[in-house]
Order: sequence, then structure tokens, then C-alpha cells
Amino acid sequence: MPLLNTLPDYVLTTKTDELLNWMRKSSIWYMLFGLACCAIELMHTGGPRADIERFGATPRASARQSDLMIVAGTLTLKMALRTRLLYDQMPDPKYVISMGSCASCGGLFQLAYSVCDGVDKILPVDVYVPGCPPRPEALTEGLLKLQEKMMTERWLARSPNGNGKQVAAA
Amino acid sequence: MEPLQIYERVKSRFGDRVLEVAAGKPDPFIVVDPAAIVEIGRYMKDDPELAMDCLSNESGVDYKDRIEVVYHLFSYKLRHTAVLKVKLPRENPSIETLENVWKSANWMEREIFDLIGVTFTGHSDLRRILMPEDWIGHPLRKDFVEPMEYHGISTVRESPIIRLETKKK
Repeated sequence: MPLLNTLPDYVLTTKTDELLNWMRKSSIWYMLFGLACCAIELMHTGGPRADIERFGATPRASARQSDLMIVAGTLTLKMALRTRLLYDQMPDPKYVISMGSCASCGGLFQLAYSVCDGVDKILPVDVYVPGCPPRPEALTEGLLKLQEKMMTERWLARSPNGNGKQVAAA
Repeated sequence: MEPLQIYERVKSRFGDRVLEVAAGKPDPFIVVDPAAIVEIGRYMKDDPELAMDCLSNESGVDYKDRIEVVYHLFSYKLRHTAVLKVKLPRENPSIETLENVWKSANWMEREIFDLIGVTFTGHSDLRRILMPEDWIGHPLRKDFVEPMEYHGISTVRESPIIRLETKKK
């Protein structure tokens, strides 16, 4: 590429999609959604030792300001309806991390009458983090995996039939 | 006071309305007439020799042929405990509330109503406390059948091990 080689060092080139994705992934605001003991590990992950603010992830108390919902803990059927409501309140693009066994499949409590066996029964989940509860390192890894996924999004590509629906990259 | 002394005192005051004194148990208890529960409760709270100032636990049990409500009493003043039980029929179990004697009965009775299905007459706010308000049935009853779905959420999750085994075949 002859043109690129003529540019001075302080000019950087990228693709629009990649720039958008890079900005999004560098400021993931996650909703505080601690339901059980996983919430303690979630707090540690935001604390000084694991410190996921290094990756731009910061907790928000409102669903309307969040990009990511980290479902941390046992999801009861009573809470499931409220979880769906909160998820619907989040602005697009939005992502979900299912943290721990309980959120992923009901875990230890999946035979209980009051427990929803996995948050994926009500929401689309992007990353599952196994563990009971997962260590802060595991959740950090989950966040990095999510960032990888976010970098593959192609927001400007529209579907060919022109209905305006965004096509995620394969 | 020892539990048996407490029960003797209650028995001498209420006579026939104390149906049974179970003495030879590790934790002795008395079974009382459900109709007299408020009277007995108030007496045990107000009597200076007993002074049961705390209802530390109230719970319901399903014994398949009957429902029992169990009251664990404690006296902070005199440092002794007592256990009261009432036996209720399994069909439409109902008993008068103890909320007006011990305030702490309020939420515990709501829990028993929610999970076992005992109706507490005179209760100020008898609603479900743990389960969703539109839940059908009382889950700690022995004959409770778990619904297959709740608001369109399936309550069954296939085990991945079973899925793997069917795949092998």
C-alpha cells in the first residue's frame, strides 16, 4: 500500500467497525447484578487485586447505563421475571455473562422448586464462566473472552434484505 | 425453669386444653388445643414465672396425615425455653394468629402460609413472603407437584450427561 507508507507516524489507520468495537470493548459498563455468593467474587473482581477497571469495565447501578449484565448467583423463578425486565431496559448493544454454576444451569439448586435452571432460559448468554463461585481470575478471563467477541462484531454491515437488522460476524 | 416444670405449670392452668405432654423426648414439648393457642400464648408471655418474651421460631410441618405448627419460645429474662405444638387437619388447616402476642409471628406466619398453606385467621397481612404472588400451591406440602413451567420458563433442564449418553447410542 503505497499511500499508507507515505503517511507520517502520528497518523493511524483502522476500519470504522474496528474503531467502534475497540471503543465499546474498552468501556464495558457492567450492571451490578449480584444474586448470591458469586456477588462476593464479583466485588473482588472489581477490587484492587483483580481490578477489571484495567480493561475499562466499571460497575453501574442502573440497567439503562449498562452494556453488560453479569448474572452472579442463583436465579430464582421470582427473580427471573425481574431479570428479564432489567435486561430489556438495557440499551443495545448489550451482553450477558453468566457467572457461576447456578446462573449457568441452576447448579447445586437446580432440582429446587423455586430455582430457574440457568439464566439462558430467559436471556441470550454470551459467555459462561464455570465455577462455584468462579475466582476473580476466571471472571476476568470471561471478560477478556467477551472483549474478543465484541471485536468480531460488524455493526455497519446490514443484512442484504435491507430490514436494517445488524449482522454479527460469523 | 426446666421445660417439664413449665409444662406442668401450663397444664395445671389450662387442664384439658393441653392435649399431650411429651416428656420422654430429648426436647420435650406440649401439644395444645388449636382453639386455645392465643390464650395459652398470652398466659406464657405475661406470667411472671414463665415470662416467655420471645417467639424465636414458628414453623409448619407436613406429616402427611396432619399438619403441625410448632412454636419455639424463649425467655430472655429467665433464660429458659419451651416448645408448643398444635395439630391441624390436612384439609384447610387454619389457626388463630399469634401476631398480637408476639410481633415476630407476623413474617413467620406468612412463611408458613406460603410454604405449607396454613391460614392464620386475624393476621394483618397474610400474603406470600418467599414465592411469587401468582405461584400456585404450597411447595413444602408432601403432595406438591412442581409445575413444568412458570411464565413460559421451563423448570426442567436436561442433564448434559444424559444427552451425551443418548448421543453415543
